[in-house]
Amino acid sequence: MASESSYYVPEQSRLPIFATIGLFLTAFGAANWINGGSSYIFFTGALALAAVLWCWFAAVIRENMAGLNSDQLKRSYVWGMGWFIFSEVMFFAAFFGALYYVRTFALPWLGGEGERGESNMLWQGFENTWPLMVTPDAAAHGDSAKVLGPNAIIDPWHLPLWNTIILLTSSVTVHIAHVYLKKGQRNAFNTWLGITVLLGGLFLFFQVEEYYEAYTQLGLTLESGIYGTTFFMLTGFHGAHVTLGTIMLLIMLLRSVIAHHFKPDDHFGFEASSWYWHFVDVVWVGLFIFVYVLGS
Amino acid sequence: MAHGPQSGFSRWLYTTNHKDIGSMYLWFSFAMFLLGGCMALVIRAELFEPGLQIVQPEFFNQMTTMHGLIMVFGAVMPAFVGLANWMIPMMIGAPDMALPRMNNWSFWILPFAFAMLASTLFMDGGAPNFGWTFYAPLSTEYAPPSTTFFIFSIHIMGASSIMGAINIIATILNMRAPGMTLMKMPLFVWTWLITAYLLIAVMPVLAGVVTMMLMDIHFGTSFFSAAGGGDPVLFQHVFWFFGHPEVYIMILPAFGIVSAIIPTFARKPLFGYSSMVYATASIAFLSFIVWAHHMFTVGMPIAGELFFMYATMLIAVPTGVKVFNWVTTMFRGSMTFETPMLFAIAFVILFTIGGFSGLMLAIAPADFQYHDTYFVVAHFHYVLVPGAIFSITAGVYYWLPKWTGNMYNETMGKVHFWLAFIGLNVTFFPMHFVGLAGMPRRIPDYALQFADFNQIASVGAFLFGAAQLVFLFNVVRTVMGGRKATDKVWDNPEGLEWTVPSPAPYHTFSTPPAVR
Repeated sequence: MASESSYYVPEQSRLPIFATIGLFLTAFGAANWINGGSSYIFFTGALALAAVLWCWFAAVIRENMAGLNSDQLKRSYVWGMGWFIFSEVMFFAAFFGALYYVRTFALPWLGGEGERGESNMLWQGFENTWPLMVTPDAAAHGDSAKVLGPNAIIDPWHLPLWNTIILLTSSVTVHIAHVYLKKGQRNAFNTWLGITVLLGGLFLFFQVEEYYEAYTQLGLTLESGIYGTTFFMLTGFHGAHVTLGTIMLLIMLLRSVIAHHFKPDDHFGFEASSWYWHFVDVVWVGLFIFVYVLGS
Repeated sequence: MAHGPQSGFSRWLYTTNHKDIGSMYLWFSFAMFLLGGCMALVIRAELFEPGLQIVQPEFFNQMTTMHGLIMVFGAVMPAFVGLANWMIPMMIGAPDMALPRMNNWSFWILPFAFAMLASTLFMDGGAPNFGWTFYAPLSTEYAPPSTTFFIFSIHIMGASSIMGAINIIATILNMRAPGMTLMKMPLFVWTWLITAYLLIAVMPVLAGVVTMMLMDIHFGTSFFSAAGGGDPVLFQHVFWFFGHPEVYIMILPAFGIVSAIIPTFARKPLFGYSSMVYATASIAFLSFIVWAHHMFTVGMPIAGELFFMYATMLIAVPTGVKVFNWVTTMFRGSMTFETPMLFAIAFVILFTIGGFSGLMLAIAPADFQYHDTYFVVAHFHYVLVPGAIFSITAGVYYWLPKWTGNMYNETMGKVHFWLAFIGLNVTFFPMHFVGLAGMPRRIPDYALQFADFNQIASVGAFLFGAAQLVFLFNVVRTVMGGRKATDKVWDNPEGLEWTVPSPAPYHTFSTPPAVR
């Protein structure tokens, strides 16, 4: 196996330590900002981290074009991306699990059901419903309650349905782009990838509109009890991932259009981004079913 | 590729070499071990007598919290990652780790993350004081402002762990020398493969739970607040879904180290290699379905109590397989008792004691008596100190001659072992008794009848602490010089790492070795 003997081990690199400093400033700055300090540290850190990652990816691309990357090294990137996506799946699992626990156990018990239903004594008058329009606080304390439920929730069969169609379509278009890339048809690849990016942007636009509607018209906010909590945390983290995925695909598009990167048999940067895109798509299907449809 | 290390401090900042990074992980881990150890000594000094003598209860709580966090995330986990960095490429015949720059990033995040965590001690309102398990609402509604910094330090530690784990998996799955099939891999490599899988599966869940805390504290969400329809018990479920696999993350690599050492000094091949692999995988699988045994007293339906009780007891089966195999490996072997072997044997015996007290705790009705007492403290210190810490120590003594090219001082190693062995038993064995008698954990003061055993435990703790200074001295001396080690170091040890010179050259296996 000749490839094993030519596994490229990079020489010393300044990238990781600068990435560390960027990450540290981002995390420290975020904590400082949230605790009432200034936001400068956070933005400095985030900018630095983004710049270092830019250079890092550029270095990897340069190495690949210089022919340093053996097939074996490329497999390492494949494994790396695959396991990274698995870690993301587990992150979402924590929040889906929280939704499941609240609906299946916590709320019925608070409502007086089952063997742990005695907690209803603390929240007299509370009834378990989903979506939870009246929180235990509101049920027990009426006007003096601090945590109130929403006035209304998002109807799954309008914007969310459109968003489902948009995102499912975008998964197909990114796949079509991949097929054309493998055939070596760059223009078709660029077109279909461009359509995917536009669909991603459209999804995000509708998501923002949905949030705007929720906050201004429905009284549905992060603070409106466990319904608002799970709704915004799940859809919010998903939206953040769609944003990242769209940026990734956009960069892939620019690489192809401007720099003519990617060959029919060598395009893992694009492939990894498309895997990520399929992943956010699958998460959305879960959200549509468990948060929107079964939640209304 | 042919160069040696760069000179100067930038070597350590910019390195992509698995041996450099492994060494940094190990030194960082030892520094954290001493820091966390000093906090433990503050705790033991306060508990030497009933009443409040040395520290205030608020500070005592910060010490128990920081001790736990630093030992788990700063001492044990980085030490295993350090050993993985040093040994896995050498054991599977790879030129380096699969993703060398990310490897450096994974390491350097840690000192920054822990600087941030430690800095909370000096903030207004003090450091986190809610225990290393940071249960809500203690960690949300009643937490000091520094909790925000704690949350973000956990986030970046998690990022470091996930990247480290991805790197290890990619290395093991992709970088093995031709002929090194999965079932020929040394058990240390196998246990780390499974550990890395556990890490990738549960560190994101930890990130999720601290994110929920952050949102509850600062952004008005209701995850852990019943007023809004949430549930503080939800915190415990999510936390322990991470937390139980986490304890196996801290013990599976230990199994691998001991499985390397015992055959060498018993001069027999490991008994039941494939059953060891399957047992490790079974333990990893079971670790995902036992988490609520940490919460028997929280108020769960009876079906939950029963399920988690029986699932937990099942773990004794694969663990028993392992202990049986280690003992059988030693059976009728021509054993010698060099320092690594002493630590490994102590591991087998004392870890088994910790396993048995775990079995006691697994019995839900009995756990109602033991819960939150010193019996629990005794239990998990018996699995972590002679489990994780002893195995790491054994591994360091075992491979130190390969790393440095010099033999450590055997007499000093034995002195270290006996001091540590006696110290830890004197510290933790009496805790079983005070725990069963009802002494609660995480309390700076206690009833008079617990005084005798607490005094004994405190004496033992300082003895154990002193033993680590012997260890430090011995390691530093070995790094500086000493009797030259042979390439094989020991009598016919098994594994590719013994086929390269001592000290191992900066780059090993630039061309893959032949594997029989």
